[in-house]
Amino acid sequence: MKKHTLTAFVAVLLFTSFTLFSCKSKPSDADIQAAIATAVSTIPGASAASAAVKDGVVTITGQFTDDAAKSQYETAVKNVKGVKSVQDNANVQPQVQAPVTAPVEISADDALNKGLSDAVKDFNGVQASVKDGVVTLTGEIKRSDLPKLMQSVSSLRPKKIDNKLVIK
Amino acid sequence: MSLQDKYKPLTDAATAAGVSDLQVREQDGILYIDGTATDGKTKDQLWDVYNQVDPDYRSGDLVLNINVTPAAAGSKATVVTDESNLNIRKGPGTDQPIVGKAAHGASVTLLNQTNDQWWLVKTESGEEGYAYARYLKAE
Repeated sequence: MKKHTLTAFVAVLLFTSFTLFSCKSKPSDADIQAAIATAVSTIPGASAASAAVKDGVVTITGQFTDDAAKSQYETAVKNVKGVKSVQDNANVQPQVQAPVTAPVEISADDALNKGLSDAVKDFNGVQASVKDGVVTLTGEIKRSDLPKLMQSVSSLRPKKIDNKLVIK
Repeated sequence: MSLQDKYKPLTDAATAAGVSDLQVREQDGILYIDGTATDGKTKDQLWDVYNQVDPDYRSGDLVLNINVTPAAAGSKATVVTDESNLNIRKGPGTDQPIVGKAAHGASVTLLNQTNDQWWLVKTESGEEGYAYARYLKAE
């Protein structure tokens, strides 16, 4: 009887220690969560991403700035002890192409001259000259006509409009 | 103050007015603002803003080139000369022979607006030719 009690006691002790030991070797979801936080803390481009742990299965959601950050994050999570599998549901931020700014097209002086003669024809008293793309307007104009003339001249694609017109 | 800052009221107005293909570029100390407005009224409004920022367009530091979305071929435009007849020419240029005239206030049919300055039109009496875009207002 005494012997049985002892055996039972030892068994319980063994079982308990085994359970404790196994608990230690198998981290809880909270432990995994904390370990992931540390593991991914230095990955750039992952600030909008997050990982959730349930029964050792990690689900990644949110957004990464690029593919490299996404795969780096996923690898870091997989390497955390206790992670059984990783479900990566996160996406990558669409790359905004920096607009390539084409240089401004400036018309040649010949084309400007031709266009200018059309543009000023109906404004008596206005003279226009061109040099290296710069249009110089001289003479007199009515204030109400100025926007019309400026619009016409601007549409010819000059380099610059030097408005020296006297406004009547 | 940078040119972009100086003309920010203008670029803001262009954005607010839904100007498409808006480009703001600075080159050799001059700002170039290009874009396409949906109608002539929007274009005029933007020129008003330009005039407010730079009264009488004196600074010579901006080239504002706002086009108006071409009306569908076959649509009508009104002749908006001061009072005179509008010359209809054989080709796009005042050096081209006059092939017809459209009266002030008359309606013409727009055939092609690919040239910013000269639009190909057909008058009510059937003459086809180029008219200076400044004197036409798409209906």
